[in-house]
Amino acid sequence: MAALLQVSKLHAAYGPTRVLHGIDFSIEEGSITALLGANGAGKTTTLRALCAMVQTSGEVRFGGARIDGKATEDIVRLGIAHVPDGRGTFVNLSTEENLRLGAYVRKDRRAVEQDFERVYSYFPRLKERRHQQAGTLSGGEQQMLAVSRALMLRPRLLLLDEPSFGLAPLIVREIFDIMRAINQREKVSILLVEQNAAMALDLADHAYLIETGRVMLSGTSDEIKQDEAVRRSYLGY
Amino acid sequence: MHQVLAGLATGGIYASVALALVMIYQATHHLNFAQGELAMFCTYLAWSLINAGFGYWPAFLLTVGLAFVLGVVIERVIIRPVENSPVLAVVVVFIGLLVILNSVTGWIYSYTIKTFPSPFPAEPFFGNKYMSSHEIGAIGITLVVLLLLYAFFRFTPLGLAMRAAAQNPASAKLVGIRVGWMLALGWGLAAAIGSIAGMMVAPIVFLDPNMMAGILLYAFAAALVGGVDSPGGAVFGGFLVGVLENVLGAFVIGNELKLAVALVLIIGVLVVKPTGFFGKVHVTRV
Repeated sequence: MAALLQVSKLHAAYGPTRVLHGIDFSIEEGSITALLGANGAGKTTTLRALCAMVQTSGEVRFGGARIDGKATEDIVRLGIAHVPDGRGTFVNLSTEENLRLGAYVRKDRRAVEQDFERVYSYFPRLKERRHQQAGTLSGGEQQMLAVSRALMLRPRLLLLDEPSFGLAPLIVREIFDIMRAINQREKVSILLVEQNAAMALDLADHAYLIETGRVMLSGTSDEIKQDEAVRRSYLGY
Repeated sequence: MHQVLAGLATGGIYASVALALVMIYQATHHLNFAQGELAMFCTYLAWSLINAGFGYWPAFLLTVGLAFVLGVVIERVIIRPVENSPVLAVVVVFIGLLVILNSVTGWIYSYTIKTFPSPFPAEPFFGNKYMSSHEIGAIGITLVVLLLLYAFFRFTPLGLAMRAAAQNPASAKLVGIRVGWMLALGWGLAAAIGSIAGMMVAPIVFLDPNMMAGILLYAFAAALVGGVDSPGGAVFGGFLVGVLENVLGAFVIGNELKLAVALVLIIGVLVVKPTGFFGKVHVTRV
């Protein structure tokens, strides 16, 4: 079976600073894949590179077709939703307007209205706060909003950048549980970038370990968990 | 009383130009110094159309349409290449645009002052003593434009997308909004609003290539008073500046020094409350 996303020899740079040095990985349709690694390893840059938010070279295929070289807006239209680093909330707009923007490129108006209820069923707190200015939501609520905004696209692939960042453990658990539910119920494939390796490996089917812009290790989550070096450096036992 | 009402009428025009300034400022964080000249040029277009035999209202609508297209084209062709340049480069481009529009208009139409018709009857509405029909009409048109804009930004998907693109371009791209086009649309709308202001003020100040210079200054004052990132504030500021200018000009400092009111306001606001009445304080994380 062909992979949903196939990345080969991906390089990326911010001006003269090269961050990714030719990484290869793939995501199976319907799976959850985690990118692990320390600060500055290039995890966030990898997600940005997939959405053409940095200069890149190399080949990215989504559902068989090449998407490298396309503009960010066009990549989104293919069904790749990106929950960016920092959540990307439109802070001066209401919760509901943020969600509506998530479905901006969709033409099926009636299904969009139903999808509001669908994401509210995952995150009932957002429904309570739907007329509230999004900038006034708590960090956890803004993360829920960011995930919900991405779901409003009805994506085939969801890119999640550090959904646990800066949140209380209880809320992180809630969000991770919902990720799993979304993956199973809606068959959305997920690419997850996480510093919290233990949680990410519990959730993911496959994982890649990135160090200084290169893939150092890949395998199923169970294989990665068994790895001596990963255990010592990233899992801490 | 008459001075206050006359102030409201010119205030409406300042409000429109200030609104056009704020729209571009919100989207790009640049103050468009050429906004006034753009409006002036469009008013000349309207004059040409009327002289070519169009009725007032068809010429009015056609001009607004042309202004919109002109705004979009200017953004695409002239502003786009300097989008990411330092702010000084952009300011120079704006000033260049101002000078070019001014000279081209003078070259095509000559610098002699022309009269511009008003769509409203010459005798005052309902025989009132305070305001001419044109003044009332100008206020009315300003308010209609404001309402339409409000409805557009508040209730349409395109308006929402434009707000999103102005606020957070990176996130806007991630939901699939074509941010570049939203900026161009913003320019088009601003140019269209400016052209309406030009056509409303031309019957009062007469048509000449320098007619908007003073008005742009008042509009800057209005935008600053209201808060340069607040559309509602710009409108409030416009009316306030219009009234202040008229009342102070008539009773306190005399007509010759009227323009100084705008300068004093600009400096005063910048010193005392740089964000204006309705502006937001921007905090940047370092």
